[in-house]
Amino acid sequence: MADEQFMTRLVAALRQAFGETVVLEAQVNPSMYGAPLLYVQTERIADVARYLRDEPSLRLDFLNDLHGIDFPDRMEVFYFLQSHQHGHFVALKVRVDRENPHVPTITGIYPAADWQERETYDHFGIIFDGHPNLRRILLPDDWVGHPLRKDYVPHDEGV
Amino acid sequence: MKVILEVIIFTILVLGYAPFAIYVHRKLLGWMQGRVGPNRAGPYGLLQTIADTLKVLQKEEIIPANADTALFRIAPIIAFAPAFIVFAVIPFAPSLTFADLGVGLLFYVAVASISTIGVIAGGYASNNKWSLIGAMRAAAQMISYEIPLVLAALGVVLLAGSLNLNTIVEAQSRSVWFVIPQILGFVIFLIAAIAELNRTPFDLTEAESELVAGYQTEYSGVRFAFFMLAEYVYLLAMGGLIATLYFGGWLPPHPALAFIPGIVWFLLKALIFAFLPFWLQATFPRARVDQLMTFAWKWLIPLAMVNLVLTAMAKAWI
Amino acid sequence: MIRTEELVLNVGPQHPSTHGVFRLLVKIDGETIVEATPIIGYLHRGTEKLAEDLTYTQIIPYTDRMDYLSAMIGNYSLVHAVETLMGLEIPERAEYLRVIVMELNRIASHLVWFGTYLLDLGALTPFLYAFREREKILQLFAEISGARLTYSYMRVGGVKWDVPDDGWIGRVERFVDEFQRALEEFHTFVTGNEIVQARLKGVGRYDRETAVAYGLTGVNLRSTGVPYDVRKAKPYSIYDRFDFEVPVRTEGDLWARYLLRMEEMEQSRRIVKQAVKQFPSGGEIMARLPKLIRPPAGEVYVSVEMPRGEQGVYVYSEGKPHPYRLHFRRASFINLQILPKLLVGENIANMVAILGSIDIVLGEVDA
Repeated sequence: MADEQFMTRLVAALRQAFGETVVLEAQVNPSMYGAPLLYVQTERIADVARYLRDEPSLRLDFLNDLHGIDFPDRMEVFYFLQSHQHGHFVALKVRVDRENPHVPTITGIYPAADWQERETYDHFGIIFDGHPNLRRILLPDDWVGHPLRKDYVPHDEGV
Repeated sequence: MKVILEVIIFTILVLGYAPFAIYVHRKLLGWMQGRVGPNRAGPYGLLQTIADTLKVLQKEEIIPANADTALFRIAPIIAFAPAFIVFAVIPFAPSLTFADLGVGLLFYVAVASISTIGVIAGGYASNNKWSLIGAMRAAAQMISYEIPLVLAALGVVLLAGSLNLNTIVEAQSRSVWFVIPQILGFVIFLIAAIAELNRTPFDLTEAESELVAGYQTEYSGVRFAFFMLAEYVYLLAMGGLIATLYFGGWLPPHPALAFIPGIVWFLLKALIFAFLPFWLQATFPRARVDQLMTFAWKWLIPLAMVNLVLTAMAKAWI
Repeated sequence: MIRTEELVLNVGPQHPSTHGVFRLLVKIDGETIVEATPIIGYLHRGTEKLAEDLTYTQIIPYTDRMDYLSAMIGNYSLVHAVETLMGLEIPERAEYLRVIVMELNRIASHLVWFGTYLLDLGALTPFLYAFREREKILQLFAEISGARLTYSYMRVGGVKWDVPDDGWIGRVERFVDEFQRALEEFHTFVTGNEIVQARLKGVGRYDRETAVAYGLTGVNLRSTGVPYDVRKAKPYSIYDRFDFEVPVRTEGDLWARYLLRMEEMEQSRRIVKQAVKQFPSGGEIMARLPKLIRPPAGEVYVSVEMPRGEQGVYVYSEGKPHPYRLHFRRASFINLQILPKLLVGENIANMVAILGSIDIVLGEVDA
């Protein structure tokens, strides 16, 4: 119940700060410690993250996780934010177009996002606009394709 | 004839010592670390060093591309030869000094510092950045620690009134061993000697975890063995020097024990100090390069100066 | 006028102190580091991609090979995620076995850190003393799981093997009692050493804000005064039944991290001691489950406290035997990001000490 209330408060605060359309969907996910899972407007994710980090009643200062997921019609980036001060969690998601995958970077807000965004770029080809050093990190620089996409076909140069 | 015989004895002594020291080193380290140490080759693993030597001799000699070939080849010899030469002035027994030089101590220090040039040349010639850093560290370290080493030894020279190592030993037979009046000098000398020998906690020039193998990184086979040999032979030479300067060289601890030959006493004392660094190696981590320098310049050198002044004052008034 | 030049030094992927195939490109001026660029991926095996074609049970061996020094906890992180998604009830005996092996594994992992860290600092002997103790733990693990390093001991719903005989629990108890003496020995020989303290105190320091911003977890975060331990913050398994502390220090330097890891071994020892005391005499070790595990559709993100920090596991399930998407938040990978920032202005000796204090496992960094 407390989780529901927290989510309602959070969504209201976000909508007040950034307009009605900023939160697309919201639900409580009991498999994530009851964290509210919000679908956020893709272009506003950096603003939302900054707000969540700086708002004194939220103080979500710890970016726990960032990764991508590929679906047949879209891709998603998953963020898990956490507050060391208040001990609460918020999960965010943004939807990304598969053909033209662009998401604003949050490295300026959470330095921890640096490598995680690079990893997501490496695996999914999602371009984080404004990232200072968006290069492949785990795969070799000359790798062809983004292997965690479901339609990935290994590139074979032939012998 | 006598000269040739002396040379043969001397060579056998020193060359025979090196495999023995390596074996003892490994056994001692093994025991201190709860291991067995070498025990496969020969009884109690006694032939381990022989086996290692044979292996090293068979190794292909690798000289890195773009290395300074001539310097790379000659560097191990520059480092190794002085280690043997310094034994010439060390008095093993009352009548067994290969070259009884008037300036024995000075000769030792001067020749020993040539080895540093071998180390620097080897590191420089390897065309490897780790080697170069190791060589630079060696240069800085050797220069820094030679000063307190010599300053500390000067205290002994003042007491004995001579640079001749035989005279220094004889001077100790008339009074006490110099370790007692020169206890501060002895501690400084010991620390500086360990740094000169590049042993833990001052083994910065080859610092494995930092510089891979320091100046030796590119060396393999026989040339690597030369560096190794030089290191072990220096341990004995330094042990001998410490025994001579501070522990009465070949003198027995008490006149009643004089029936035991002087060379036994000398070797006993020299070996204790030659093996002391192995114990330290098993005990200590490595100091950092800036701490090493600070320690030499801010602590050891001023202390050595104080020691020298105190000795001079004592000599003048007593 | 002396002309100096910066030197680009390639540390790794083969270097004695990179703890695996980690490469660091450092620009040095003399021995002072001007810039450091970490290059990773040499051990990348594509675990997350491979997992998409495997059943959940088949993924367990892959978790062994991420943080291979604490494979038990790695196993647990995956089965914990699946169990959370399925809402499974785990038998009591299995929970105790899990806690015992996880905390023993934490000790074993910290022992490897202790030994190799002192090796980084140039001391040879602590390594062998640490491995002597670790060997006893590995022996216990070999008896219960058949493996010394890659255990694959956990299963969704419980553990694979029951204790091998009645004596095993007694041997664990004997070990934790003896281990207290070993810890004291380490403190006598190493912690009190002047050179160790001179090398560690005040080096590699960062503050609380930096640590949080860089997403550090585990000891790397707790050394700056944040008392964040997943076992307390997001309780899992039966950790609420044990009395243990989360050691925290505020200095934020290498010395703080050294002391915290030593203290964590003691706390893990306490947990094992209590778990052995409370260990149920009988009962099942596996929940009743179909052969092929099909968690319900949905997504889950849960974390466990690994020796190196927080390991998060994200599973997106479509209700099929394979995960649609599996992601691991690897603590080492994220902790390592702060390295370039810490290295600027340090010398090579400190570089090795700082890298060692972040305590990375390359299997985990590269996944």
